[in-house]
Amino acid sequence: MSDRLKIILLLLPAMSVIVLLFFGGLLIGLMRSFNYMPVIGLTEPNLQAYVNVFTNEEFYWSFLLSFHISFTSTLISCVLAVGAALLLRRAFIGRAVINFLFQLNLTVPHLVGAIGILYLFSQSGVFARLAAEVDLIQRPADFPAMVFDPFAIGIILQYVWKEVPFIGVIVLANMQALGENYESVARSLGASKWQTFRHVLLPLIFPGILSASVIVFAFTFGAYEIPALLGANYPAALPVLAYRSYTDVDLAARPEAMALAIIIAILSAVMIFIYIRYSRKRVRS
Amino acid sequence: MIGHDGLWTKTFRYITCLLLVTWLVLPLIPLGIWSVARGWFFPDLLPRMWTLDAWRYALSDTSGVLDALWLTIGISLAATVLSILVGVPAGRALGMYKFKGKEVIELMILAPTIVPGIAVVLGVHTVFIYLGLTNTVHGVILVHLIPTLPYMTLVMAGIFSNYDPAFEAQARSLGASPLKTFWYVTLPAIMPGIIVGGLFAFLVSWSQYILTLLVGGGRVVTLPLLLFNFATSGRNDITGAIGMIYILPGILILTLTAKQLSGRSGAVGGFGRI
Repeated sequence: MSDRLKIILLLLPAMSVIVLLFFGGLLIGLMRSFNYMPVIGLTEPNLQAYVNVFTNEEFYWSFLLSFHISFTSTLISCVLAVGAALLLRRAFIGRAVINFLFQLNLTVPHLVGAIGILYLFSQSGVFARLAAEVDLIQRPADFPAMVFDPFAIGIILQYVWKEVPFIGVIVLANMQALGENYESVARSLGASKWQTFRHVLLPLIFPGILSASVIVFAFTFGAYEIPALLGANYPAALPVLAYRSYTDVDLAARPEAMALAIIIAILSAVMIFIYIRYSRKRVRS
Repeated sequence: MIGHDGLWTKTFRYITCLLLVTWLVLPLIPLGIWSVARGWFFPDLLPRMWTLDAWRYALSDTSGVLDALWLTIGISLAATVLSILVGVPAGRALGMYKFKGKEVIELMILAPTIVPGIAVVLGVHTVFIYLGLTNTVHGVILVHLIPTLPYMTLVMAGIFSNYDPAFEAQARSLGASPLKTFWYVTLPAIMPGIIVGGLFAFLVSWSQYILTLLVGGGRVVTLPLLLFNFATSGRNDITGAIGMIYILPGILILTLTAKQLSGRSGAVGGFGRI
């Protein structure tokens, strides 16, 4: 059997799944967003759904909110994860414990974390009760709104809780594969601790951080259940907005939901493209 | 080791370490307490009464929690096995061969990790309606392949890029059949990757919410759906109990496979390849 045929046969099952389910789903979504679906007699495509989406003020607020959630969560998670990985790579007591907790956290679904954050940070949650205990507040309403709030603090807290271990495990694996020889050389040549980190370690672990943070950014931009549980009613995150239009009793809203889905896909692809190009340039320079 | 650490550095390290541990377990604590609490109202720091009622309800036959647990395990296992069957060959092709258009194929296989599920599932739902796959367990398993397959393929591609096919050739030249070669030579060599990739696939499927909700149409009730419903209806005690049941399999799998997942294992490093 030739290599060419082998490769085709090896890839065939995976490519069928991806092309039929994933790209098929996107294509049908695209067609329906143009209100074009010959099977059910819709033969005249139009742009009405997109006009409706782009003339709706909530869409812009939702986009800003979703972008803020992804950007802030990814940035905080990356910084904390690199810090945690630096902490963890030196041998000391407690390292095994954190290492285990990191991995434990990886197995806990986002939804459970979101409920935990809800019970911790809501206005009658654990922290509000602690504040009442030390007489900082009298009533639940005195506690600052950290869930269902317009700044999505609860959502970001949940993502940071989940994603620090995710990025941390990947960065730690990179650091351990590299060893400390490069840094020792830089230090012996007179580089400061910060210079060693910035010009030796960071560029070396950067590919790992980049790929992990891309996954985190994309996930936090498109996840539904966390903003659905912890988010304010208005503006809702983009995925919540899309789900609401899709399940609207008015079936005429379905093309709009499809248009939103396509816009979410394009937006996340474009943002990730820009992010990868920009950050590669920054770190290499 | 670079230099010696001063007292301050050490103290700083212990404090950050302690903070990190606290932060990592913190959100799980109120869930655990709620599951054994009765009437835990503001401003009580701890419940006034402790009870196992929520657990009794969750574990009873009428609540449907155990049915949801078995269903979720079944769906995630099926999605994992399918991802292994489909992802291992694809990982072999991507890890061992150089060919024209490889970058495009890689990008296509990785695309589902970047494009949000909600963007794809609305279209998939429309197709599944015509195929009669909506509101069925089969449909849910199929749609779970979208997020699980990329992880599986990625991990396997990492494993196969460090794999020497000469061992297979030697086994064949000594008279082993292709099946025997696969069973005794290839499989043991790639097993760590299958375990890590399978674990990822299982956990990714295990935590799916929106794909199950839309394709299952509310008829395929997995644990996350049940959990979400209880969480939004304000039954904190039952939510706590279901939450604990929901994270249990993950913890079990972790303790069984902790070695493969540790930072030193090469399979996790596969993520650096994207």
